Amino acid sequence: MNKHVSPRMNRRAFVIGSTALGAGLAIGLDIPFGGPAVVRAADGSPEINAWVVIKPDDTVVIRVARSEMGQGSLTGLAQLVAEELECDWTKVTTEFPSPGQSVARKRVWGDFSTGGSRGIRTSQDYVRKGGATARMMLIQAAANDWKVPASECTAANSVITHSPSGKTTTYGKVAEAAAKLTPPADVKLKDPKDWKLIGKGVKRLDTPDKVVGATVYGIDVKLPGMLNAAIKDCPVTGGKLKSYDEAKIAGMKGVKKVVKVGDSAVAVVADTFWHAKTALDALPIVWDEGENKKVSSASIAKWLAEGLDGGQAYVGNSNGDVKTALAGAAKTVEAVYNYPYQNHATMEPMNATALYTADKCEVWCGTQNGEAAFAAVLEASELPADKCDVHKLMLGGGFGRRGQTDYVRQAVLIAKQMPGTPIKLLWTREEDMTHGRYHPITQCKMTAGFDADNNLTALHMRISGQSIQFTLRPDGLVNGMDPSTFQGLAPKGDASFGYSVPNLLIDHSMRNPHIIPGFWRGVNVNHNALYVECFMDELAHAVNQDPLEFRRKLMKNNPKNLAVLEAVAEKVGWGKPAPEGVYRGLAHFMGFGSYVAAAAEISVTDGTKVKVQRIIAATDPGYAVNPAQIDRQIAGSFVYGLSGLFFGGCTVKDGAIEQTNFDTYDSMRIAAMPKVESIVMPSGGFWGGVGEPTICVAGPAVLNAYFAATGKRIRSVPLRDQNITLV
Amino acid sequence: MANLTINGKSLTLDVEPDTPLLWAIRENAGLTGTKYGCGIAQCGACTVHMDGVATRSCGISVAEAEGKKITTIEGLGAGSTLHKVQEAWIAQDVPQCGYCQSGMIMAVAALLNDNPKPTDADIDEAITNICRCGTFQQVREAIHTIASA
Ligand code: FES
Ligand code: FES
Repeated sequence: MNKHVSPRMNRRAFVIGSTALGAGLAIGLDIPFGGPAVVRAADGSPEINAWVVIKPDDTVVIRVARSEMGQGSLTGLAQLVAEELECDWTKVTTEFPSPGQSVARKRVWGDFSTGGSRGIRTSQDYVRKGGATARMMLIQAAANDWKVPASECTAANSVITHSPSGKTTTYGKVAEAAAKLTPPADVKLKDPKDWKLIGKGVKRLDTPDKVVGATVYGIDVKLPGMLNAAIKDCPVTGGKLKSYDEAKIAGMKGVKKVVKVGDSAVAVVADTFWHAKTALDALPIVWDEGENKKVSSASIAKWLAEGLDGGQAYVGNSNGDVKTALAGAAKTVEAVYNYPYQNHATMEPMNATALYTADKCEVWCGTQNGEAAFAAVLEASELPADKCDVHKLMLGGGFGRRGQTDYVRQAVLIAKQMPGTPIKLLWTREEDMTHGRYHPITQCKMTAGFDADNNLTALHMRISGQSIQFTLRPDGLVNGMDPSTFQGLAPKGDASFGYSVPNLLIDHSMRNPHIIPGFWRGVNVNHNALYVECFMDELAHAVNQDPLEFRRKLMKNNPKNLAVLEAVAEKVGWGKPAPEGVYRGLAHFMGFGSYVAAAAEISVTDGTKVKVQRIIAATDPGYAVNPAQIDRQIAGSFVYGLSGLFFGGCTVKDGAIEQTNFDTYDSMRIAAMPKVESIVMPSGGFWGGVGEPTICVAGPAVLNAYFAATGKRIRSVPLRDQNITLV
Repeated sequence: MANLTINGKSLTLDVEPDTPLLWAIRENAGLTGTKYGCGIAQCGACTVHMDGVATRSCGISVAEAEGKKITTIEGLGAGSTLHKVQEAWIAQDVPQCGYCQSGMIMAVAALLNDNPKPTDADIDEAITNICRCGTFQQVREAIHTIASA
């Protein structure tokens, strides 16, 4: 536990500590739910506990530790607290606590990290307990005041009622007294069947500010005396900054300082960002690109291809004896696929604002992981934990990119060179595109064997390519293997393989080029689903079977996978004729604890112009906290997934990423948006994520439909490189 | 120096004539509702109205904007009254991260001004903003709701 946070936290220990706590946190965390010493919010209102502050006017402030990047967790988490709190939903506001406060209070808010679609599912238990505890204390305070047993009182809509006498009071009136009570030891959560707010598609709490331009994102921070910085990091990862000629930009308007940032970057600090960027563009810079300069997309592809046959590989899932089964097969089918580097391209480029003085370092930024950002501030500032803090702001998109802290570190390193002056560092889109944390690159060879009766008897899936954990979280490797590589392919767990094949081998030949990989919304299921689900379609056709029927036979042990697949098949009218010129494709997968499936209807002109007409998408996330937001996450998943499929490829030349902006790295526009019909079918009993899993079925469903339309298999992403476009 | 009229106010800003309007709005006028997304007129995050026409403010200079009536997201409604597009956005719960939405709303407001009952094809042609969160389905529904009101 982080109860023993040493004043000078070592970054690595801190991050490992946070990861290791992970999901166990929900039960293991010793969350002090209130207590005799009243903690007060900035305006003096009492905290009932860390999650709930109640003001005299009955306003309820719910603290949300996870980040809001568009996925709706802020609202969903507030719903969970409010459900148990029994407060008036119309009086709810929210607040992000800071990681520094959390550390100072023995990590009272638990994990801040918001990725892996776990914002809700891994904190649902303790945030609901936070709400329930607060409710019990408020009721107790009223009961004490009335000198009646608490058991005779009930709460609803922020009103406490003593049933026998009919007396009522409100949360705001008893909050002071409640905050002084000792929290109850035993807290019982509601039975899901009694939920009133959870499961309801309530409106997001953050919308009103967003439609008037009032939401403050990291890029919008304004501090007194603040200056602005633009940065260029070496275009080749691993390279260094050799020199720059400051004299050439001397006297340019607004320029205050040119600084080296670490050993690979240079920044110009000016009065405005525009001046900083203009001067930086004029600054002659010499890089020492190093060895990685020799790397290109072609050299990476060659290296990965070598991993497709034989050689050492980590085994992620196996049963039976694939080798023998393939050797004895009546028929074999083989196909090689590949999936490229992709940039997250969050709408808001990376940025952070830092203020450094000799005894304090504060950062304002959007981050998916407040504690990791905090750790980065400690490391870069070299100040102890009690002298640092991170103020979290709304994120203009995250998609996994803002879980990394490279931009936070840079901002602090610049601010350190100008003590006392707040510095806002903003990346240009070009810097953002070329210094991403890219979707890992992989190739995959699929080999299948059939017996004489066309039964699938063997399947070998060999993935060759990059591991995210190898670079970003080496402590997550198990004897060198990256278990997350097998996301959606694992024998069990919350990202398990949806088929039973008598002889199965899924293995990974790890090859890590220098391009830094990252967690790209959906992560490893994106390529894994594409490989598996396109190949299943190939196999069905190879034995002249209907793709749904073919899968069904292999899914007897996976009823939840089958349920979502059948739901989309039925709704799309699978097995019945499609409209003239319209072709269909199916895909399903499991990831982030949820079961997802898609049926795509497309039409194709000239073999190159693909119109995705309609997508039916089903999700079983176990429990659905806010179905309206899930519906939006599903629709949005197809924008992200299809943008990736058609346009999303980052190529490497001379060691650097070639795509620099949306002109070369395009993204879907409204004209290409298919009609998405979602089926949210929570079967209960488990908590799955919703922000990511659906993305992975977008690609294979459309590619399978493309085959139905054209008879051509596409096994390489993005389609842009084959002159196929989304219209 | 440039003299700009933004949201009905005349402002004299200390900027060079070739400064993109976007940065003058954000940094010199201090109106941060207008967003930077690409700087090359590709994404639409910086969309404002110039004499009522939806314009990507990163792609024009303050010199070109002088003498024009510029409206940003902060000036779209009348005082505390929201514009009908903003209202529809709330009713339909359109924004996700919201970062693209200032530009999206400005583009839609201009479209509806020219064409109060746009067809899907009209929407496809006029609205070319990027939204990485993927709010297009809600955007389209919200436009049709306004058009049929
Ligand atoms: S910032 Fe102007 S169009 Fe992207
Ligand atoms: S709402 Fe996030 S980019 Fe559009």
